[in-house]
Amino acid sequence: MTAYVATIRVRPKAEVRDPQGEAIGGALRSLGLDVADVRTGKEITVRFAAPDESAARVAAAKMGDELLANPVIEDFAVEVAAE
Amino acid sequence: MRIAVLRFPGTWSENDFAHALSLVGAEADIVWHADADLRGYDAAIVPGGFTYGDYLRAGAIAALSPAANALRRADAEGMPILGSCNGFQILCEIGLLPGALVRNRHLEFRCDWVHMRIESDRTPFTAGLGGELVRMPIAHGEGCWVADELTLARVEANGQVVFRYTDARGAATPEANPNGSTANIAGVANAAGNVVGLMPHPERCSEELLGGTDGRRVLEALTGVRHVGMAPASVQ
Repeated sequence: MTAYVATIRVRPKAEVRDPQGEAIGGALRSLGLDVADVRTGKEITVRFAAPDESAARVAAAKMGDELLANPVIEDFAVEVAAE
Repeated sequence: MRIAVLRFPGTWSENDFAHALSLVGAEADIVWHADADLRGYDAAIVPGGFTYGDYLRAGAIAALSPAANALRRADAEGMPILGSCNGFQILCEIGLLPGALVRNRHLEFRCDWVHMRIESDRTPFTAGLGGELVRMPIAHGEGCWVADELTLARVEANGQVVFRYTDARGAATPEANPNGSTANIAGVANAAGNVVGLMPHPERCSEELLGGTDGRRVLEALTGVRHVGMAPASVQ
């Protein structure tokens, strides 16, 4: 078994409004910055063991599919690296 | 009628539901989520709260509890299931109800009373109440119901919108929408109508002492029993 680190980035889907991003955008504009748009998301880092990289990718995708992102409102992207 | 009221870590409305159910002649058992066996019950309630601290997303972690499978099995048998507030979020996360609940559009937590129109009487919780205007309390930060366009169109066309936020006269205006929910939707049902979720709290408006009794009407619709009465003095 090899140690892997998966980085799962979860973002609201493009068509879902992101009021948190809008509030941050307003605050950035109050600093005098010319900000067009802000979108927020979250990054989740998971350390785990897997037999090989392909199995690690399958496991990380399952984490995103079954818990970390809600497909109704969110998309996610996965990066996997051996530790 | 025996009703299971589920309790997860962080549930806060289970005792209020059990009390409100006693007012309409039901026998309520508070059932711990990890031991949830819903066989032998006539209905199940998923109450409000902040299960698992709302970590990740409201209801997301509770949706992986053994109770989720018990609820799926109960739904397959057509059991009436009601989720309120966090319970609504949990039922959406499990996939028993369409759509999802996201952060209120104005980013504020709202603790208030709202008016709603009951849009469908084809559920065990609204039978005989179609078109009625009701007033119930809300207390949530993530109650903005969203769905993709296809789901929204299907939910509207199938009569799965059960509760819609309105003003005191029954108009679904933007001002009457407390959280930015799509189409002022406050509560939806599954296609069969046995599973219903809503953001407001029927259990918190089930006796005059609490400032309203419209929530009791939803529970009365379920049990078929009008208020059996309980003097405030008997409340423990």
